[in-house]
Amino acid sequence: MGTVQAPGVYTGAADVIAALMLLLEFGMLRQALIRDQIRLYATQSALISVLAVVIAADRGIGDLYALAALSAALKVVAVPYLVRKLLGRTGRDEAAGVAGSYTIGVANSVLGSIALAAIGFFCFNSLGIHSADAPGTALAIAGGMVLVAFGLMIVRRDVASQAIGFFSLENAISLAALVVAAGLPLILETAFLFDLLVAVVVFGMLIRAHHTRSDSLSTADLTKLRG
Amino acid sequence: MMFAVVIALAAVPLAAGVVALIVPPRLAAAVTVVAGIASFALVLALVPAAAHHTLTYVSYFRIDAVSAIFMLATGFLYAAVAVYAVGYVGHELREKDPAGGRRYTIRFYALFNAFAWSMFIAPMMNSLALLWIAIEVTTVVSALLVALENSEAAAEAAWKYVLIASAGLGLALLATIFAYFAGAQLLGQHYDLALSTILQVGSQLPPTPVRFAFLLAVLGYGTKVGLFPVHTWLPDAHSEAPTPVSALLSGSLLAVSFYAILRYYQIATAALGTGFPRDALLAFGVASLLLAALYLLDQRDLKRLLAYSSVEHMGILAIGVSFGAPIALAGVMLHVLAHAAAKGNAFMGAGVLVVKFGSKRISAQRGAMDLLPWTGPLFLLAVLALCAMPPFGIFRSEFQIVAGGFSAHRYAAASVLIVLVTLAFLGLSAAATSIMFRPLNTTRGPGAMAHAHEPSAWMVVPMVAGFIVLLILGLHPPGELTELITRAVAQLRGAA
Repeated sequence: MGTVQAPGVYTGAADVIAALMLLLEFGMLRQALIRDQIRLYATQSALISVLAVVIAADRGIGDLYALAALSAALKVVAVPYLVRKLLGRTGRDEAAGVAGSYTIGVANSVLGSIALAAIGFFCFNSLGIHSADAPGTALAIAGGMVLVAFGLMIVRRDVASQAIGFFSLENAISLAALVVAAGLPLILETAFLFDLLVAVVVFGMLIRAHHTRSDSLSTADLTKLRG
Repeated sequence: MMFAVVIALAAVPLAAGVVALIVPPRLAAAVTVVAGIASFALVLALVPAAAHHTLTYVSYFRIDAVSAIFMLATGFLYAAVAVYAVGYVGHELREKDPAGGRRYTIRFYALFNAFAWSMFIAPMMNSLALLWIAIEVTTVVSALLVALENSEAAAEAAWKYVLIASAGLGLALLATIFAYFAGAQLLGQHYDLALSTILQVGSQLPPTPVRFAFLLAVLGYGTKVGLFPVHTWLPDAHSEAPTPVSALLSGSLLAVSFYAILRYYQIATAALGTGFPRDALLAFGVASLLLAALYLLDQRDLKRLLAYSSVEHMGILAIGVSFGAPIALAGVMLHVLAHAAAKGNAFMGAGVLVVKFGSKRISAQRGAMDLLPWTGPLFLLAVLALCAMPPFGIFRSEFQIVAGGFSAHRYAAASVLIVLVTLAFLGLSAAATSIMFRPLNTTRGPGAMAHAHEPSAWMVVPMVAGFIVLLILGLHPPGELTELITRAVAQLRGAA
């Protein structure tokens, strides 16, 4: 009675990767420069592909190898490239508008996000969704990541960070999907990914429109419409 | 035969969007009008078939009575607004240089058709995953349309819209994944989220994931429906978008997002019984209605006024579904159609008023009854229709919803509904009366130089059509529509 079993390779790997992704999410929340945020996002996306490969090997789901490759091509290469290119024209010294874009102090944002991550973790954990395929801890961490991504979009007052926050929200959902819905047909997963790509292009166009208009990435002046 | 109609419906608006990119602007307008009217005719052709059986094709398309009703709303508005846009875009072009005007027109028509296409596709999808993708496409396309005016306010509205709606759809994606997880417990890993399959096994689905998926879907898709507290993008986007787009956003896009919630409602009632899903919808519905009624009382911007009225009507839909009685559900289905016609007319009228007075502020618009011999009365009638005055369609639908509330013994909720709708009526009618009947200031102000004249006949004709539709829906809905609604109600109540 009460013997604690060591997690298997798959469960262990899924949990470690999920935890690393959550840490990277905090990195994005904290990071002052856009290009570093993009790097963190690319790393986080790469981890998703690694996890897909681990699950593919463990469960023998061949489709997931293809998904891992496609996901890496899009989220590690194409999306970061597109975001950099679309933001390229906004100039390198734009970091100022992004670096100081906290609505609340850095320390408070991080503390708040830790609380959010804990809430998400315990909420998803208490759902009791466990099955042979679903390591509960990784799913709970994905829940925490979803809330931290929302937190990131809320505390950062610049369009670039808000967009990165949304893209990483999508990563958090991909993590949850890999854990509870690994068998989701490949065609649907592919459609999701291309949809993300379209969203990235539209986000980029709107960011550029905003920048040409106000000469800054800050959203502090987007307060005219109210009531 | 019907398959050809479905394929044509999935192809015509998209083709029109592509054609609009390459042909001269004037031709793009004509192509859009033809595509709009043709699409409406195609939807009408689908109605009798959908009223008798569920159409399923190549496992991706599934059109039942519920889908057909939402496609009808989109079809009518697409046709009406396509005609209206000819006049509207013509007016916009007068203020732009030729190159800018050309760019504006090409973008407008390409995106406008793509937007209509995505709203047709969404209710046709069998898979919940493809439904999500279609609704995400509606978001990105319409965000670009909101940004089209190229003003500071439009950029702000578009950014808020795309960020808030996409984040909401992130939650809806999570809902999709949990719906897959629930279904895969019974149907195996290769389950493709087909609605037809998951509804068959509904009663055996594991409750916890279904409950979670339903809540996430209400919150996620509810962001696009405009339910409180995730409605914040809605008034901004509706007021800053070009007016033809506002009409489509309000009458069709919000409804299509509500359609997605209805699908999750079907799954949730099958798996959990009716208690939890209805309570959740009632809470969101009453909160939205309350917020909208209060904002309607003191609103200075005409298009924002109509936007909050959309929040109000989406709240009414949610409350109607929460009553669950057959007559309330029939009212909800009719309300989708009547609201599309009434809100389409109201926005089209508002577009003419804004062109005429050069301002969206209600205080800048006065004496419209004298200045606009057609738009004035039609706008006033549209607002009265929105306030559920007889003999228009919304009177019939709201009456059915309230009657359903009483027959389901939800006396408190039905009474709250009546009180809040009356409050909204006060706000809407006060604003409309002021615009119509406050005497024109003839010595100064924006109305000084104005004389009685409609800006464009293109902008009046679709309003007349909308008015006729409102009358038909209110006085005597056609038999085939009644059959369609009856079947949709049976489906929402759990018949296969």
